[in-house]
Amino acid sequence: MTNSALFARLLGGIALLGVMSGAAAWAFEPEQTECIAPANPGGGWDFTCRQVGKTMQDLGLVPGTMQVTNLAGGGGGVAFAEVVNKRADENDLIVAASTATATRLAQGAYPGNTMDQVRWLGSVGTDYGIIAVDADSPIQTLPELMEKVKADPSSVAFAGGSAVGGWDHLKVLIAAEAAGIDDARSVKYVAFDGGGEAVTQLLAGSVQAFTGDASEAKGFVDSGDIKVLAVLAPERLEGDFASFPTAKEQGLDAMGANWRGFYAPGGMSDEAYQYWVDAIGKTYESDEWQQVMAQSGLAPLDLQGEEFEAFVAESVAKIQEISREIGIIQ
Amino acid sequence: MEALSSLADGFAVALTFQNLGLALIGCFLGTIIGALPGLGPSNGVAILIPLAFSLGLGPTPALILLTSVYYGAMYGGRISSILLNIPGDEPALMTTLDGYPMAKQGRAGEALAISGVASFVGSFFATIGLVFLAPLLVQVALLFGPAEYFALFALAFATLGGVSSTNQAKAAFATALGLGIAMVGVDGQTGVPRFSFGEVHLYDGIDFLVAIVGLFALSEVFIFLEHRGDGSGEGKQADVGIGRITPSFAVLRRCTPTMARSTVLGFVAGVLPGAGASLGSFLAYTSEKAVADKEGTFGKGDPRGVAAPEAGNNAAAGGALVPMLALGVPGSGTTAVLLAMLLALNITPGPLLFQQNPDVVWGLIAALFIANFMLLAMNIPMVGLFVRVLMIPPKFLMPIVAMVSFVGIYGISGSTFDLMVMVVFGVLGWVLRKLEVPLVPVILGILLGNLMESNLRRAMTISDGDWTVLFASPLALLLWAIAVVGFVLPILVGKRIKRRMHMTEEEPGGATTTD
Repeated sequence: MTNSALFARLLGGIALLGVMSGAAAWAFEPEQTECIAPANPGGGWDFTCRQVGKTMQDLGLVPGTMQVTNLAGGGGGVAFAEVVNKRADENDLIVAASTATATRLAQGAYPGNTMDQVRWLGSVGTDYGIIAVDADSPIQTLPELMEKVKADPSSVAFAGGSAVGGWDHLKVLIAAEAAGIDDARSVKYVAFDGGGEAVTQLLAGSVQAFTGDASEAKGFVDSGDIKVLAVLAPERLEGDFASFPTAKEQGLDAMGANWRGFYAPGGMSDEAYQYWVDAIGKTYESDEWQQVMAQSGLAPLDLQGEEFEAFVAESVAKIQEISREIGIIQ
Repeated sequence: MEALSSLADGFAVALTFQNLGLALIGCFLGTIIGALPGLGPSNGVAILIPLAFSLGLGPTPALILLTSVYYGAMYGGRISSILLNIPGDEPALMTTLDGYPMAKQGRAGEALAISGVASFVGSFFATIGLVFLAPLLVQVALLFGPAEYFALFALAFATLGGVSSTNQAKAAFATALGLGIAMVGVDGQTGVPRFSFGEVHLYDGIDFLVAIVGLFALSEVFIFLEHRGDGSGEGKQADVGIGRITPSFAVLRRCTPTMARSTVLGFVAGVLPGAGASLGSFLAYTSEKAVADKEGTFGKGDPRGVAAPEAGNNAAAGGALVPMLALGVPGSGTTAVLLAMLLALNITPGPLLFQQNPDVVWGLIAALFIANFMLLAMNIPMVGLFVRVLMIPPKFLMPIVAMVSFVGIYGISGSTFDLMVMVVFGVLGWVLRKLEVPLVPVILGILLGNLMESNLRRAMTISDGDWTVLFASPLALLLWAIAVVGFVLPILVGKRIKRRMHMTEEEPGGATTTD
């Protein structure tokens, strides 16, 4: 396979055992499979592990049940360090990841760890960002909102569910940059504990705008409590969100995708890696998973193996660039 | 009356053989999970999610199972608080204050029974509140912006004096210690790690569950080790009596107003996202002490001191379901897990949930009523069984406590680092007990400190650094007024109580009062 050269570089010179042909069946047989959710039960990573694990079990891709281990701490950093330092050679292990993982890797928030210490397996969908205001707000479009920020940055407070420098914050900054706001630091962002709390504060009138993922806002969009100004996607979403324009349609080239996917230990054998890439691809294509995606508001993002690896590398680079602009990293 | 007919439909959903069976299993498991230190409602529910999946349960049965566990754990948390002075979960923290002294006086059975009744009252009326007030209460949650939340937490800290009746300076020291510990971790408003020393495990801050288990359970083990064999000191528990299993009618009647007030307070605290059951039981206890403690008996084994936090935290558990169902905002760690479960079952909580999935919502509410009666029926007769824990000689009991602590904490995070943090807290708890510093304010500092800080910072960010925003709304002013009264009143009234206490010559030491 052509990716052997890439891996050789990414794995820091770890010799590959052999070059596989794409058509060959993998020799790897999984035994007791495990998925690490690097957070406490209840969050997005936990959801990813449990739903994918359940789908894989139903499809017969893994023997028995996939065990889900919650290894919380450091915004995923504890799990990342554990996989790199202690479990680097395991073949039955996958770890849930998302844009938040890429964000923290980009900002050096996992001390001493970088993205090439693990092998990136594939994505299982993405949650596009939205920017919304209260239903009663006079503001109708994203450029209008951004003009208001430009005129008086203190007049618009954005609420989001991630910490400052986290993904919800960066999405606003991506949109602000596209709108020609040069001083990213002037944009007022207030961090709440999760998207739900942030939406509630928008409804309570404490803040003027909300930045989050489409799935977080679904209930409030359905009820008509909030007005979505823009979806940060390349094209309009399907289903309930189809009526909302993208930022691009409004002349702002801003995209923000919170992808969900998996990585595996850096020392995983090529056979096992290929097996997992294949398993995630099959899971993604299954009707069952397509239904899960529709239910939970995930949009399509179908990347596996080296494609996914390149995608993660690209998003890390992009986030690094924005983070540098706002002074989160030097 | 639309609510009533919906509720009747809900009972039709809930009253199937399968759902009743699941509720029974959930209640039983929940009680045990709640009673084990380290395992609280949120991990209890999380542990059972795979079970619900692998049983292939539909949304309603799955929710019934998990909420029964949730309610059961709220009942169960009190058991170890009363019998061992170790809170089974964080909302049961306040129950140690009067529950353990009661057990030491040989009234463990009575304390368990009263708290069981109080738990029932709290959750029963909270569930009724959920039926009739949910749409209204959502509006209450929307009145609270960051400034109001800050005032609310300031209020909680202003009434902290109520926790330790004897030495306010030590209580203040303990609170400050807790607040300091709360500062560890990444600061959400700037993304900068504080006091983490580059240790990635500390980025998320200190988990209060680790702190609780260390401070309470492990320090108990250490004290036992210190006194090993000589049968003295706090580690000695064999003389803790069981007493009567049912409370007398007179005691129950005395507790009735307490339960009523605590239920209301706890329910409101539960409705506010981010406040949750711990704040509910805390406010219930401190306000009850301020209102009803005329003889200065709170903290020394007053049945009302057991009834108040238990009614409060169970009411808060019901209240926390309001923002979860109606706004999709979890009011506590457990409801966060339940929320994830709902999402996994293709149910989007939010303003439309009551219209879109009435069978789920009303089936759930009916199941809560059923679970509540089951728990009462299960808990009162089992008091006799629970108190037998006290018959276990400490030399067997303490190793079990240590084992459960380690397994419980490791089970949550899967991290050995947390175990070391827990041991550090165990040593800290031992030292603090030696110095007769109350432990409860330490936990409250950790638990509420972060919330208080982040709401202050949010309010400041929104107002561009204008401090007057903290006093801008009528609600905020009201909360500040209560806070001031709650802080000043005990100082004025306290002198009288102090004099009385000197006369009765009680030993100081608050939560760690010894024989």
